[in-house]
Amino acid sequence: MNWITNYVRPTINSLFSRREVPENLWTKCPECGTMLFHRELKDNQNVCTSCDHHMAITPRERFAALFDGGIFTEVKVPKPVADPLHFRDQKKYPDRLKAAQKATGEHEAMLVAEGEIGRTPVVCAAQDFAFMGGSMSMYVGNAIIAAAEVALAKKRPLVLFSAAGGARMQEGILGLMQMPRTTVAVEMLREAKLPYIVVLTHPTTGGVTASYAMLGDVQIAEPNALIGFAGARVIEQTIREKLPEGFQRAEYLLDHGMLDRVTHRKEMRDELVTVLRMLMQLPPAVRGDLPAPAPEPVPEKKPEPPAAKPEATEKKAAPK
Amino acid sequence: MNYLEFEKPLAEIEGKAEELRAMARANKQMDVEKEAAALDAKAATMLRDLYKNLSPWQKCLVARHPDRPHCKDYIDALFTEYTPLAGDRNFADDHAVMGGLARFNDKPVMVIGHEKGNDTKTRIERNFGMARPEGYRKAVRLMDMAHRFGLPVVTLVDTPGAYPGKGAEERGQSEAIARSTQKCLEIGVPLVSIVIGEGGSGGAVAFATANRIAMLEHSVYSVISPEGCASILWKDAEKMREAAEALRLTAQDLQKLGVIDRIVTEPLGGAQRDRKQSIAAVGKVIETMLAELSGMKPDALIKDRRKKFIDMGSKGLAA
Ligand SMILES: [Zn+2]
Repeated sequence: MNWITNYVRPTINSLFSRREVPENLWTKCPECGTMLFHRELKDNQNVCTSCDHHMAITPRERFAALFDGGIFTEVKVPKPVADPLHFRDQKKYPDRLKAAQKATGEHEAMLVAEGEIGRTPVVCAAQDFAFMGGSMSMYVGNAIIAAAEVALAKKRPLVLFSAAGGARMQEGILGLMQMPRTTVAVEMLREAKLPYIVVLTHPTTGGVTASYAMLGDVQIAEPNALIGFAGARVIEQTIREKLPEGFQRAEYLLDHGMLDRVTHRKEMRDELVTVLRMLMQLPPAVRGDLPAPAPEPVPEKKPEPPAAKPEATEKKAAPK
Repeated sequence: MNYLEFEKPLAEIEGKAEELRAMARANKQMDVEKEAAALDAKAATMLRDLYKNLSPWQKCLVARHPDRPHCKDYIDALFTEYTPLAGDRNFADDHAVMGGLARFNDKPVMVIGHEKGNDTKTRIERNFGMARPEGYRKAVRLMDMAHRFGLPVVTLVDTPGAYPGKGAEERGQSEAIARSTQKCLEIGVPLVSIVIGEGGSGGAVAFATANRIAMLEHSVYSVISPEGCASILWKDAEKMREAAEALRLTAQDLQKLGVIDRIVTEPLGGAQRDRKQSIAAVGKVIETMLAELSGMKPDALIKDRRKKFIDMGSKGLAA
């Protein structure tokens, strides 16, 4: 024991543990350890500028980067019955929900929006892994159904960004029932011949992969995203062998024929536009960042028409 | 007779009665009938009391009871001309899933179910009822055939869940389950499903996305096993009793939640105590559910199924 351990180290520790310095301005890449400046990281859509590692991105940030001019309209999602099972483990489910809402600033684990990407009208849904592991709840089911309904009403394609550990245990069987429920939404799009594109992001597992996240017309994944049904640890315990390098990663799935493409986040927008426009029989897109779409012309409020209709006078005039 | 942990006191009494009778058989002089009958009565009361208030965890144990009738037993007893159809035409035939053409009350149907096996050899052969992607793909193929030939589909659900294996993942376990659920929603023929034992998460959904769903009285249907849930939420797999309680996985709770339509009453002491009676009861419920759907047009059947799942859960426990 010396004076350094007793005296100096606590001071240094307190300096470093007071997260104020790095937390907001700098993020350490969990893959390569590079310290990334927040603005630089944000401009790169949370992809490490040094090693291309794709970090989590919130649905809102993703939509801001995706939609033309960052402009999108949120789609309202009907709220389901709260805490349907009166579930409690070590904590009450409503308390876990509140904590997740506070931590993310979002109401639930799925955000739905409509807008234009590359001047292509679309509906987008994005799952938020930060919200209770993105788990599939009745709200998430409602969100996907709402997204499909808007797509149907406006004849637009649906693009869904998945990220989840599976069904929400706190909603028990009703969590599980979102598998068939969301599959009905996929069926609605199929019947209407509207494209449904799934972008699988890290991580997408369990009942989510075993329902809407694997039923896209086109299946795209972000690089190195973990995608699978069972957890790797459970598999290793069951088969009593070590799993190969890259198991259940996007590239591994691509090799095994389970995906159409693995696409870098920075190229995702252009790729979606290209694919969607072909599937929708639209002419090729104009490339590059586009400004927000012009607001829809609001019909001017005209003064009340005069008692005699102008058309009527015209008609009368015609035979002359 | 295999006794469950909570049936131990019952096992003792029934064992004693059996012992007495065995002694009497060896020694004709002994008259034990009165004493044995008293033990029988005591056992009967105990059995009734035990099964009157089974906890959710105890129901899980009953649902997994090795002596319960399994899919094959129901098919053998309730269907005639059962003609198994094998394979997914792609990779393999999955023995955890059995299915094929058969007649139910003389009418042709397609029957599909998970089979767990009933001894070490068949259990291994059946992979304990844990299907691989090929099992779901076989089911998709059979449902498709049923659709084209206008045959009602009957599914029997009894699985701990999909098999967590390396090959299963590589060959698209999730996609296979998703496609099976999707196929359930697309077929224009009646689809009825009965959970006869364990309805283990996605592997069960893949077969049970039906027009009518029934559960045996002591069967369970859950998003995750109580052990799995306990180890995640309680960080302690030993808390499975609490997890089973919280998950509301019993037939009774599922009916309250509006997830299932009917409960099939089991013989006192569970389906394993009187296999014949439970098989007959399941036969009856299949008949009733198919009758409810008979005469419905393909489009109406598809609509009925979709509406059922879209509306599901909208009322919570008040359903
Ligand atoms: Zn990096």
